[in-house]
Amino acid sequence: MGTRGYRYKTSHSLSGPGDGGKTGSWRVQRPIIDLERCTPARRGSEACFICWLYCPDNVISRTIPPTIDYEYCKGCGICAEECPTKAITMVDEADVVANDEDPAACSTEGPRPCT
Amino acid sequence: MHMIENGNVAAAIGVKLAGAQVIAAYPITPQTPLTEKLSEFIEAGEMKAQHIPVESEHSALAACIAASSTGARAFTATSANGLLYMHEQVHWAAGARLPIVMCVVNRAVGAPWNIWNDHQDSISQRDTGWIQMYCCDHQQIIDSVLKAFAIAEAVSIPVMVCYDGYLLSHTYMPFEVPEEQQVARFLKPFRPAYALDPENPANLNTVTLPDTRVDINGDMAHGYMEIRYLLQEDLRATLAVAQQTEDSFKQIFGRGGDALLEPYRCDDAEYIVVGLGSLTYQLHDVVETLRSEGHKIGVMGIRLYRPFPAEALVQAVRQARGVFVIEKAVSYGYEGALFSDVKAALFESAQSGDPVPFVKGMVAGIGGREIRTADLTDTLRAAVTGSPRDAGDDPGWIGLRL
Repeated sequence: MGTRGYRYKTSHSLSGPGDGGKTGSWRVQRPIIDLERCTPARRGSEACFICWLYCPDNVISRTIPPTIDYEYCKGCGICAEECPTKAITMVDEADVVANDEDPAACSTEGPRPCT
Repeated sequence: MHMIENGNVAAAIGVKLAGAQVIAAYPITPQTPLTEKLSEFIEAGEMKAQHIPVESEHSALAACIAASSTGARAFTATSANGLLYMHEQVHWAAGARLPIVMCVVNRAVGAPWNIWNDHQDSISQRDTGWIQMYCCDHQQIIDSVLKAFAIAEAVSIPVMVCYDGYLLSHTYMPFEVPEEQQVARFLKPFRPAYALDPENPANLNTVTLPDTRVDINGDMAHGYMEIRYLLQEDLRATLAVAQQTEDSFKQIFGRGGDALLEPYRCDDAEYIVVGLGSLTYQLHDVVETLRSEGHKIGVMGIRLYRPFPAEALVQAVRQARGVFVIEKAVSYGYEGALFSDVKAALFESAQSGDPVPFVKGMVAGIGGREIRTADLTDTLRAAVTGSPRDAGDDPGWIGLRL
């Protein structure tokens, strides 16, 4: 399907998921949250959310537990850097793809569920 | 109203009449008096516009880009190294499809430092996606500014109105000042294709991926390549829009007629000289002299350089035996850019077997080197008679003294 009929002749995007394109494919490393160490997950109450606050792409949810949207997460690693309990680690994307069945790589509830 | 003033003032009055709402500019010779005059108009309350003093030409065009993105009619002006300092924003304004108008008061580019006239500054910007109009006298300057806003807003592409530094910017000539009521009939209020709206925030021209994408409404949105193709497509279509604008202008003001080319005694010409700007008017005298000697020669001024009016030019010169391109710029390492353009336009006809004139390129007036009418006459006389002439080291560079 072509874009001839698109209403703008320029690059125009609105705030909302995906209007910058599927930037998750840019990721080299994937942040994985260890729920055993994550403060809101451990307490079962709204707490911390430093990762949600610092994420420049707004792909971490303010939920219990926090989840990461891998469709758009570029893998910058700021969340892992900022997490005060070191609950987030950056894992090579190639390893995640190679071990797709590895439950450790699938511990989040992003919109692209692990199989 | 009739007026005798310099070319910069003619441009400034045109901008005032066009109702530009935002002016952002940085002083550079020989453009400075133009934006000084605009700031005087605004200060005196004669013009309702925001004048934004900026710290550089890059900022000047950036301010115009922002203003135009909100739906304001924006204007700037510059010359030479100032234009080059804006270069990144020059591309941006075209890619963002903003109908900004900019006067380029043509001046040589350093190094070495030089403030005099040639066309290297604006010619070097020919690939940026802007429309480029060239003026030959003060009447064309003031009229072209009005047409530039009309064309820019019709096609959502910015326009450079180019005129020769000093030769036009600082000389005094009589010209007709368009009446406000007539301007109102010609130039409708600016209705932007899109304007920023605080109620509906949007990102403009952020990172745009190589591929098309589905936007948040589920519609397939352009990738970078589609956006750039549309710019090229609309620039080619601007040839027709410029002519329609010219027709409308002529109907209201009674002046003009051809938006693309300005022929002088070309109907029966065996030889045609092609050029840009005030040089083509100077060549009228050369044509008269050579015609009095029996040489059938004419001049074809190119009014619209980008988009390049290739088809119209081929139609206009194909009957001639020879075409001489005289230009004030060089694509260094090859030849004059206009010379290349003219040959490329004729090549398609040549390929299909049609007879086409020979084309010879000449360079003149680089860095303000005086272009003497007598030199032009001698050079062209020698060219049309095929007679040898003592023309220095390179007969293609008129007036060179090496």
